[in-house]
Amino acid sequence: MTKSEEYDDIPGTIVFDADRSRQGYHLNMFCISLREQKNRDAFTADASAYLDKYPMTPEQRQAVLDQEWNLMLELGGNIYYTSKLAAYHGINFQELAGIMTGMGSTDYRAMMLAGGRSIEGNRNKKEWEDK
Amino acid sequence: MAWISSGVGCSHVPALGVAVDKEITQDDYYGPIFKGFEYSKKWMEKEKPDVVFLVYNDHCTAFDASCIPTFALGCAAEYQPADEGWGPRPVPVVKGNQRLSSHIAQSLILDEFDMTIMNEMEVDHGLTVPLSMMFGTPDEWPCQVIPLAVNVVQYPAPTGNRCYNLGKAIRRAIDSYDEDLKVCIFGTGGMSHQLQHERAGLINPDFDAKFLDYIANDPVTGSQMTHIEYLREAGSEGIELVMWYVMRGALNDDVTEKHRFYHVPASNTAVGHIILENHAEGKA
Ligand SMILES: [Fe+2]
Repeated sequence: MTKSEEYDDIPGTIVFDADRSRQGYHLNMFCISLREQKNRDAFTADASAYLDKYPMTPEQRQAVLDQEWNLMLELGGNIYYTSKLAAYHGINFQELAGIMTGMGSTDYRAMMLAGGRSIEGNRNKKEWEDK
Repeated sequence: MAWISSGVGCSHVPALGVAVDKEITQDDYYGPIFKGFEYSKKWMEKEKPDVVFLVYNDHCTAFDASCIPTFALGCAAEYQPADEGWGPRPVPVVKGNQRLSSHIAQSLILDEFDMTIMNEMEVDHGLTVPLSMMFGTPDEWPCQVIPLAVNVVQYPAPTGNRCYNLGKAIRRAIDSYDEDLKVCIFGTGGMSHQLQHERAGLINPDFDAKFLDYIANDPVTGSQMTHIEYLREAGSEGIELVMWYVMRGALNDDVTEKHRFYHVPASNTAVGHIILENHAEGKA
């Protein structure tokens, strides 16, 4: 999508840089609008009409409707924004992490209680490919 | 003259604010964290700053994607706790000090730090959680607060070096203020954590311990740490830690470390905390 950056080698991580911010602008502005109750109500009343106000790409719009959380990040979303859409769906930060990591809430929470995900084996993409 | 007496480093995990607001700070999950701040609340009662200068980041609350200032200085008379989507935190209104804010803004800009001036700004958990951790649940916050919001959401955040030098400029601004005011500066955020994508949940205690050592004893070296090292080693959201260098830059080269605390986890995050005093022990 953009010129390759050193941080693109970090596995399972989408760094929200200026290029992604540009691509995700309308997606993120849609998500943050859900901070307000009146907007949440409008989205509930007519999702399609509400989404029409934000000129996202068809792919972004579908990711929103399908609640594809990782895909939203890959299409320029940022977690502080997409978490507002998650909250709209009653999903908190830790549950969202459970979904994005594919672990599920119970296993994710247990991992955090046991000290979190270790840095060992999680520094670069090569380490993940070797797994 | 105004002077900076001390610095506080403190995570601002939203879950800690929820724990305070729901009065569950003594349960099995949160109890060990709040125990680590018992000393801090007692210390703060003795320290009694007139003003807290609080460095934090806004989480798409006061600023959405339409406007992303790198350094935004609060210059308002007061700051309302924001509604982040589930109602504002039930904490007191944050009272500012407009005359001091204006002085700092002017001094920083003439010192070649091109600040954004915020004459109105709501403040989110990034600012209110550290206040709760250090002051508990008073009816009014016992001091004035000057917020400095730093962009750490969109890459690149300012470098650690830039933050450290901004801290030095804030020190010069406060030292040159004509009123007798005791100022405590907070650097907040972190520690290691990643909230997003498949690597979410990353925690790196070795990195965090090294970071706290740098902050306490060798900030000049620590401030040179590159963004890629934060992102890789401390997680994509761990880069918030650069804000601690604003706090550290405003202190003396040599400080007295009064307290250090570290705990995993609070929600998705490692909690870190440090108290540094500018003066040698025993001296007022
Ligand atoms: Fe934060």
